[in-house]
Amino acid sequence: MACPPAAQSPTARQPSVKVILASADVQRVVDRIAHQILEKTQGAADTVLLGIPTRGAPLARRLAARISTFEDVTVPVGVLDITLYRDDLRRQATRAVGPTQLPPGGIDGKRVILVDDVLFSGRTVRAALDALNDVGRPASVQLAVLVDRGHRELPIRADYVGKNIPTALAESVKVTLAETDGTDGVKLYGGTSS
Amino acid sequence: MIRHLLSGADLDAATATRILDTAAEMATVAGREVKKLPALRGRTVVNLFYEDSTRTRISFEAAAKRLSADVINFSAKGSSVAKGESLKDTALTLQAMGADAVVVRHPASGAAHRLAEWVDGSVVNAGDGTHEHPTQALLDAYTMRARLGRLAGLSVAVVGDVLHSRVARSNVLLLSTLGAKVTLVGPPTLIPVDIAGALAPGTDVCYDLDAVLPASDVVMMLRVQRERMGDSYFPSAREYARRYGLDGPRMRRLPEHAIVMHPGPMNRGMEITPEVADSPRSTIVEQVANGVSVRMAVLYLLLGGNNA
Repeated sequence: MACPPAAQSPTARQPSVKVILASADVQRVVDRIAHQILEKTQGAADTVLLGIPTRGAPLARRLAARISTFEDVTVPVGVLDITLYRDDLRRQATRAVGPTQLPPGGIDGKRVILVDDVLFSGRTVRAALDALNDVGRPASVQLAVLVDRGHRELPIRADYVGKNIPTALAESVKVTLAETDGTDGVKLYGGTSS
Repeated sequence: MIRHLLSGADLDAATATRILDTAAEMATVAGREVKKLPALRGRTVVNLFYEDSTRTRISFEAAAKRLSADVINFSAKGSSVAKGESLKDTALTLQAMGADAVVVRHPASGAAHRLAEWVDGSVVNAGDGTHEHPTQALLDAYTMRARLGRLAGLSVAVVGDVLHSRVARSNVLLLSTLGAKVTLVGPPTLIPVDIAGALAPGTDVCYDLDAVLPASDVVMMLRVQRERMGDSYFPSAREYARRYGLDGPRMRRLPEHAIVMHPGPMNRGMEITPEVADSPRSTIVEQVANGVSVRMAVLYLLLGGNNA
């Protein structure tokens, strides 16, 4: 799930920007999650990585690439679009629907690892679990996130966390990836405090 | 986002493309075990049909149900109430029942536009008289794009009873918006004077089917309505079939990649021969399947957000 847009007004006090992870750090964190997945899933057998758009999709591909580098196993990767399963559909203008691409082998009976950039309220993950329910029946579902910023509104937790960031609600966390934004990085935008 | 879909002209290129793209995603649902999405849960869609229709009504019903909307079918067949008043009263009834969208088919041109003034919800025109049928144009555009990979620059021949065809009108409007070039083909009695200029400048009219075929990427045959056959628009059904029917030899004059479309229901042997209708170039069955996906996309884009 993306984070709420940083309220930036050029005339107001400059919002503080704090770099949480620089480009090289992001790569290290992805490597660590890949190792943890291999460790926890006994070599990533019968495992499928499903990225949640937008930034979960490239993250899932990166994890699969790192896993195959470390252990020489190929983990199927897919994309799970959750737009039509969101609980806030009706609160905003109609959202564009993105593609859902399941790997050719499907997800029935597999261990599915959902991949997203930021874990915040947990509502995106709930939507993803609902969407998953309609496309197949995995043996189990796990969750991998690059950043966990807290403030859960639902009883959801991640199995693999790249970095825990204690945040205030007014702050926002922005993940950028080379594939979608040009550069890798995680930044924390302060609320109104200077 | 637009609130109603009444005409092919309601859609600009960006919105139309968005509907087609969304429809492509909706189409993947048809291949799943659970053919249902929760996007319109708790919304009510009323199918208000004052005219007989099989595929359009079922298609809208399937589309709404796949998006988890509640569907109420209202068939006014045989209703003897005066048209104008009954439509308004019906509209107010639907309003009172809390319909979020009304899909309307009516024999009077402009009925959907009137209805849109009376109800708070969205109105989707599923065919009004001889006027428009925009979701048919969208599913035709979707089918062309799926088969030929693009819409811009395509040469599309629309052949037959253009005068009475709402499919033709909506297609001319939508396809021109999306960059295709439409040529209307038929006997002069069935092509209104200056229809091309009135609908979309750049549209051509030609009275000779054989001259148009070699340069067409798409040939869309229109149904010759039985009730018109006795109206002396053309001397006889056989003469019409000879001059404007698509048969095997004519089909072979089309370019290699060209496709043949028909909105259905067909009069086999009249405007299209069975050889053509059942050939691999024919997209007639695909059009029906695509109809559900396109209508899902339309309902989602009209009702999915808070744009009411």
